[in-house]
Amino acid sequence: MAASTHLSAGDIEELGEELDRLRAEVLASRGEDDARYIRRVIAAQRGLEAGGRLVMLASLLPPAWLAGTAMLTLAKILENMEIGHNVLHGQWDWMRDPQIHSTTWEWDSASPAAQWKYSHNYVHHTYTNVLGRDRDLGYSMLRVTPEQPWHPIYLAQPLYNLALAVVFEWGIALYDVEIEKAWRREKDLGETLNHLGSALMKVFRQGRKDYVVFPLLAGPAFLPVLLGNLTANISRNIWAHTIIFCGHFPGGTRTFTEEEIEGESRAEWYLRQLLGSANINGPAVLHLLSGNLSHQIEHHLFPDLPSNRYAQIAPQVRDLCERFGLPYTTGSLPRQTANVWRRILRLALPGATRPTAGETSSEPVTST
Amino acid sequence: MLGIRGLLGAVADTMTCPLRPDDYWAIINPLWSRRELSGRVAKIIPETSDTSTVVVRPGRGWRGGLAGQHVSVGVSIECVWHRRTFSLSSPPGRPDGLIALTVKARPDGLVSRHIVHGLRPGQILRLGHPSGRFVLPDAPPARLLFVTAGSGITPVMSMLRHLAEGGAMPDVFLAHSARNASEVIFGAELRRMAARFPTMSLYEHHTRPTDGRPVARLTMAGLSAICTDLPERLAWVCGPRGMIDDAESYWRESGIGDRLVTERFHPVTFPGGQGGRVRFARSSRETTVSGDTSLLIAGEDAGVIMPSGCRMGVCHSCLAPLVRGQVRNLRTGEEHGIPGDLIPTCVSAPARDVDIDL
Ligand SMILES: Cc1cc2nc3c(=O)[nH]c(=O)nc-3n(C[C@H](O)[C@H](O)[C@H](O)COP(=O)(O)OP(=O)(O)OC[C@H]3O[C@@H](n4cnc5c(N)ncnc54)[C@H](O)[C@@H]3O)c2cc1C
Ligand code: FES
Repeated sequence: MAASTHLSAGDIEELGEELDRLRAEVLASRGEDDARYIRRVIAAQRGLEAGGRLVMLASLLPPAWLAGTAMLTLAKILENMEIGHNVLHGQWDWMRDPQIHSTTWEWDSASPAAQWKYSHNYVHHTYTNVLGRDRDLGYSMLRVTPEQPWHPIYLAQPLYNLALAVVFEWGIALYDVEIEKAWRREKDLGETLNHLGSALMKVFRQGRKDYVVFPLLAGPAFLPVLLGNLTANISRNIWAHTIIFCGHFPGGTRTFTEEEIEGESRAEWYLRQLLGSANINGPAVLHLLSGNLSHQIEHHLFPDLPSNRYAQIAPQVRDLCERFGLPYTTGSLPRQTANVWRRILRLALPGATRPTAGETSSEPVTST
Repeated sequence: MLGIRGLLGAVADTMTCPLRPDDYWAIINPLWSRRELSGRVAKIIPETSDTSTVVVRPGRGWRGGLAGQHVSVGVSIECVWHRRTFSLSSPPGRPDGLIALTVKARPDGLVSRHIVHGLRPGQILRLGHPSGRFVLPDAPPARLLFVTAGSGITPVMSMLRHLAEGGAMPDVFLAHSARNASEVIFGAELRRMAARFPTMSLYEHHTRPTDGRPVARLTMAGLSAICTDLPERLAWVCGPRGMIDDAESYWRESGIGDRLVTERFHPVTFPGGQGGRVRFARSSRETTVSGDTSLLIAGEDAGVIMPSGCRMGVCHSCLAPLVRGQVRNLRTGEEHGIPGDLIPTCVSAPARDVDIDL
């Protein structure tokens, strides 16, 4: 069964075929330019990181601290978003390069790659925006859609969402362990403890690097380096939280019920991805720093296409939306962020119906 | 004792975690990475119409090997990495530190054609470490026999160059088969060598001589008439399947099977299994293949990073534990399926559905 829209079954199949065709076109044209792109991003990221850490050794001088911290923040953002997230999606597996491959990659984030691939690539990307199935819908702690029953704890959600932004990578690591599932006995306790152990090990290693080894190397600049690294990690956390929340929670994005996805076809799955995702528009640098999650719609339709191609196919996806009379939700970063926060604030209180008042902000597809 | 180097290495590892220091070095120069051993093409020397020698500067971490051994070589073709095995044609420990591979372009060969016709100096290859038992014993025997055809001369060339380096050649008989004189890979060098060392005899067998009628293939029975002390020589044979099969049965029937060492470039396979679904448990990939497709090829095509070396069931680089199911050994036709068994993926095909721990 498909998510309810004005489209007939035939329309949906046609939409699916169009999207399959678009995907095949990109697959057939992957090559030298794409490979060069990812290698350059990786080289730039590693250079920025090494450079930032080097500059920070002189961080008894405030300008050096500032420059070093900024470089490291940028490097960490690139590492998580444009590189880590996308490599772990298998976007670059076609090169068969063991050095840039979803099965061998480990990233500078608290969540071990293997656990993250399960909860993100499998659970979230398969059951996108399905209540009760997509754990990313509110990350088991936020009320982001009116269909979630209200509870007094949600009164505090604006506050703890802010806190989540600051500690995002650790929050995600803990969340990927799925402790609440073990609590409800849906997940084996031993397995959960194993996952918790490897997540803690990862947190320990990442922490040792940023808060012990590099500060010690800096000698007298121990404290500034520690604070610089902390600043870089927190800035990256807030950035990732902001971008990711703009992906599925702004007004205009739809949520679905388990009944709606029963026996869903591939074309219907495409439709759900389209309706459940939102883009962010902005300059090329925004796309790069968001790991092209600014093209969340294209990413959700084709999670394993190289991220540098999303911008290229976006106009075609948009044309399809227009042709089939479907919304193509997009807006600037400040606008989408304000939108998300309005929703979080509103849904902290009981009630609210779908769509939440004042939130139907999917743009008419003709606007740019 | 960890030692100062080990200690520094451990600190460096904590600094680059979750990557390794080598991942940063490799950005500046791939040859500096020990994690992914690479080599840079220094020179390409055409040998015959379809064969070229690729001279390579190997990266840090290259350990060298023995004359006659082979290495797994990774080549990027249209940005997709492919691995094949090639024998080294250079002697071990060249003073300039370079190594050489000699590759014959197969008519429909993906990698061999690219190496011969597409590779350029400056490009990067990925390398494995030398392995293989097609080597000379520690103390070379007094009398040796080499029988080769086509590109089968490569590992033997490495041995001959190694022997010649000492300035004194033992009693060597080389029988080489090729279409004609100009198709003999290393022809000029071999003829010079035979002229220089009176202890070396070279017999060239031309099946399609430029002047004259086609000649029958070189057989071991025929060779024994030319090299009359053949049974007394320790023999190394490398060439196409027919030649090796002939040699193995000839030596076995003469009761001197232990005096023969062979190297096959292509495994002898017994296709005929049913095939089935192959699941790569750790990579969460799945594919369905026929009963004559090796698990190695199935995995590579499904985007799994598969360890491999010789790709023909001799080096054990590709072993992976079977989780469940039944596999068929393509070299023996035998079927087996005990969970936990280490399966050589390059010469195993699914007999039915299988799960592999990769
Ligand atoms: C231990 C070892 C050492 C080797 N050393 C050398 C060497 O020094 N020089 C060299 O040129 N090659 C060598 N090879 C062969 C090499 O590894 C490749 O198999 C060969 O280059 C063909 O690869 P390809 O990608 O071009 O062909 P593919 O595209 O893989 O194959 C094309 C077709 O040719 C068939 N085929 C491939 N190889 C052979 C073969 N050898 N005999 C018969 N049919 C074949 C395949 O089954 C397929 O149908 C060696 C192989 C081994 C196992
Ligand atoms: S790759 Fe050598 S045995 Fe399989």
